[in-house]
Amino acid sequence: MSINSVHESVRLLIEDVHLSFGDTKILEGVNLEIEPGEFFAFLGPSGSGKSTLLRAVAGFGPRPQGRILIDGEDVLSIPAWKRNVGMVFQSYALWPHMTVRKNVAFGLEERKLPKDEIKQRVDQALDLVGLGHLSDRRPSQLSGGQQQRIALARTVVVEPRVLLLDEPLSNLDANLRVQMRRDILDLQRKLKLTTIFVTHDQEEANTVSDRMAVLDKGVIQQVGEPMRLYDQPANLFVAEFLGTANVVKGDAATREGHTWFTGDDGWHIRLPITLRAGGAGALVFRPQNVIISAADDEHLESDLIGHIEYREFLGSFLRYGVQIGSHRVLVDEHHRHGVSPFEKGQAVKLSVDAESLVWIEQ
Amino acid sequence: MTSTTKPGAGTLSIALLLGLFLFVFLIIPVAKVIFVAFQDPGTGNFTLVNFVDFFKTPLFQESFLNSLYVSSLSVVLASLIALPLAYFTSRFNFGGAVLIQTLGFVPLIMPPFVGAVSMQLLFGENGSVNLLLDEWFGINIPFMAGLNGVILVESIHYFPFILINLSAALANIDRAMEESAQNLGSRGLRLFRKIVFPLAMPGYVAGASLVFLKVFDDLGTPLLLNVNNMLAPQAYLRISSIGISDPMGYVISVILVVFSLFALWTSFLALKGRDYATTQKGGGGLMKRDMRPWEKVGAYGLVVFILLIVLSPHFGLLLLSFGTIWSYSVLPDAYTLDHYVEVLANSSEFITNTLLYAGLAASADVIFATAIAYLVWRTNLWGRKMLDYTATASLAIPGVVLGIGYLRSFHSIELPVLDKPLASWWVIIVVALMIRRLPYALRACVAALQQVSLALEEAAENLGASKYRTVTRIVVPLMSGGILAGFVTSFATAAVELSATIMLVSSESDAPLSYGIYVFMQSAAGRGPGAALGVIAVVIVGIGTYFSHRFIEKNKQDQALADAGVKI
Repeated sequence: MSINSVHESVRLLIEDVHLSFGDTKILEGVNLEIEPGEFFAFLGPSGSGKSTLLRAVAGFGPRPQGRILIDGEDVLSIPAWKRNVGMVFQSYALWPHMTVRKNVAFGLEERKLPKDEIKQRVDQALDLVGLGHLSDRRPSQLSGGQQQRIALARTVVVEPRVLLLDEPLSNLDANLRVQMRRDILDLQRKLKLTTIFVTHDQEEANTVSDRMAVLDKGVIQQVGEPMRLYDQPANLFVAEFLGTANVVKGDAATREGHTWFTGDDGWHIRLPITLRAGGAGALVFRPQNVIISAADDEHLESDLIGHIEYREFLGSFLRYGVQIGSHRVLVDEHHRHGVSPFEKGQAVKLSVDAESLVWIEQ
Repeated sequence: MTSTTKPGAGTLSIALLLGLFLFVFLIIPVAKVIFVAFQDPGTGNFTLVNFVDFFKTPLFQESFLNSLYVSSLSVVLASLIALPLAYFTSRFNFGGAVLIQTLGFVPLIMPPFVGAVSMQLLFGENGSVNLLLDEWFGINIPFMAGLNGVILVESIHYFPFILINLSAALANIDRAMEESAQNLGSRGLRLFRKIVFPLAMPGYVAGASLVFLKVFDDLGTPLLLNVNNMLAPQAYLRISSIGISDPMGYVISVILVVFSLFALWTSFLALKGRDYATTQKGGGGLMKRDMRPWEKVGAYGLVVFILLIVLSPHFGLLLLSFGTIWSYSVLPDAYTLDHYVEVLANSSEFITNTLLYAGLAASADVIFATAIAYLVWRTNLWGRKMLDYTATASLAIPGVVLGIGYLRSFHSIELPVLDKPLASWWVIIVVALMIRRLPYALRACVAALQQVSLALEEAAENLGASKYRTVTRIVVPLMSGGILAGFVTSFATAAVELSATIMLVSSESDAPLSYGIYVFMQSAAGRGPGAALGVIAVVIVGIGTYFSHRFIEKNKQDQALADAGVKI
């Protein structure tokens, strides 16, 4: 069997997984269903439990409670060396005392395959990552990106049931990172491997994953497609972790068929009918969904009047900090050649795109 | 290194003084020894005849082979002691780990020759162990017979070098190295053989070659065990009995230096280019697992057995120092404080001399080491690396060789006021000790300096402090922990040095502890007082080592705190 036609993709189920160190809860009631062939990301800040969860799938670290099923089989009682889940380590963990070829052949040797087959499959795997010509080098003679590819080849050559990637791009420089994440995605699509990708970088998760789970403090905050999570965060953590968000706290109440939002510092906005809101909560909206115009602009109807507190030029857009009462609203505006920006201190009027508003209950 | 300013006249003159000192007291004596080895004693011409004579003489052939044999087998035996200890501490959650790490270092705080005599009483033909073995099983094992004794004493003494290096190598292996192998289906002993052991190999080789070097150069142990057919004792005996003009002592010295260099080179090669220290932040160390009950029993049994052997020289020495008569019996007949009283009453100059010599040598060491460290790492002075290399090179010079070199080089230099040769003035002992321990102090000071960020110095200069003020007010205070550690290490090891000292002591009133122990141990009646002196030496060195350890640990903690502070 060649590496290009891996056996059928498998489903991964994580059911009610709990883990504590003493009184510290590392994972709390984690439930996930990862579809066959899906590229799935665990996204969260450091200490969120994402790596611990990944390692639990691989069989490393303390054994959690609950069930982890790969292709219907509960693997928690199976030792790491028998699980046949491939893991690429953050540090790559290439063995410095072996050549590239020996590194890649290792897993096949452990499986006691015939020499001919090992050679053939190692060659294939090295070709797959485009580094067949480096097979006699030592890991220390390779660049970071090459080491990354060898680590990938070493993992996929054994045809694992699941591919686990632990922050695989964190040791690469920015340009290489963009290239590598594309290559990893291509490889994953080619092999149709069910893949979990751990990262703290939302851009990475957004670009490669079909779906992702955002974790914080050992709890899954939200699961879904990247764009949906960005547009409709389930809570403040997700909203603020996935990019910049304006958060205005207050109360929502329905009067005469309309829902009105009253902010803690005097905001008063009519909410769209589609937004189901009530009681205490927070109104969340992204900076690019705010329209800004001069305070005396008669085309824009709005009560949100403030002044520019600061301005940042970020290349493709400008970010304004607009002070309205005691609240500072961030506003992004596309930067176009020839359009003169607002100045610091200038009075401006804001209007929030009603469709983009998200209500988060508290 | 990164400084771009030209070194000032002060810096330059300090460097020149340091260089001159090393030249006179290290390079010249060693060069002299090598020179004489290749010189025809009659004509003074270059010749290889001394070496031909050496290898033609049966006694020297035998000594050469014996030295090789003893060093090699000591490495084997030391490995047998160190390997299980390192394995248990690094692979298992083992309560004995702390015990091993602590007690494993104990042998190092006593020079091997001090324990040699007591080992004879415990393991010799009529020693305690053989008396018991004879009584119980009717057998007698020649633990201490001839070369066996040297091997046993040396390996018990030097195994910590292997333990320390191997443990460090194991501890530095990134856990992901092991996990990735498991992830690919490997486990157990196979994983250990294919991944863990190869990764730890450089550490082992480095430790093993150090043991080889130390044993090959050691003079005191064979002398005290009355084994003279080895190289170092032969060199000493030729010079002390025939005189400093006999070329054989020099030939042996050259051979000792060559083998020392070879061992150091092996150790260097083992570590160079194979920096397998692969630890990543947070992921350090190998996986440890709990032992099963029967494994625990076995492990503790083995560890206790090894530690009993390792500590036996100390037990023996203690018994000997308090015992009245100890001969043909398992334990001494009765116990007394007389030996201590005698030593303190009649031979206290050994102790005061030691404190004076080791104190002076260690002080000079840290001053030199701080200066060299700064010159090498913080200036762009031409040839600064040579200072570092030269000072470090004294590691490869056996004490006997340095001693012979001093005798030969400084015997003809008469001191004006004292009216005696420089080679027999007590200060020359201090200089020898200082040169021999300089590498230890230098490593400690370099490590300390490297932890002082250059920015801290630049900040001081930016605020108007001169180089001198910056060094004295910022650099040295920040290095103080490392300097102190260097002082104590130098002091503790200088306090029990014998091989160079024994060559240079010209009168008993100038002699330090180690020489005193050697002299006492020559006679049966002197063993008790000799042992008492030995215990005193151990206590002095032990206190020193303890404080050195404390300073180093505290430094580490401070550093960790400082690092954490920066991150926050």
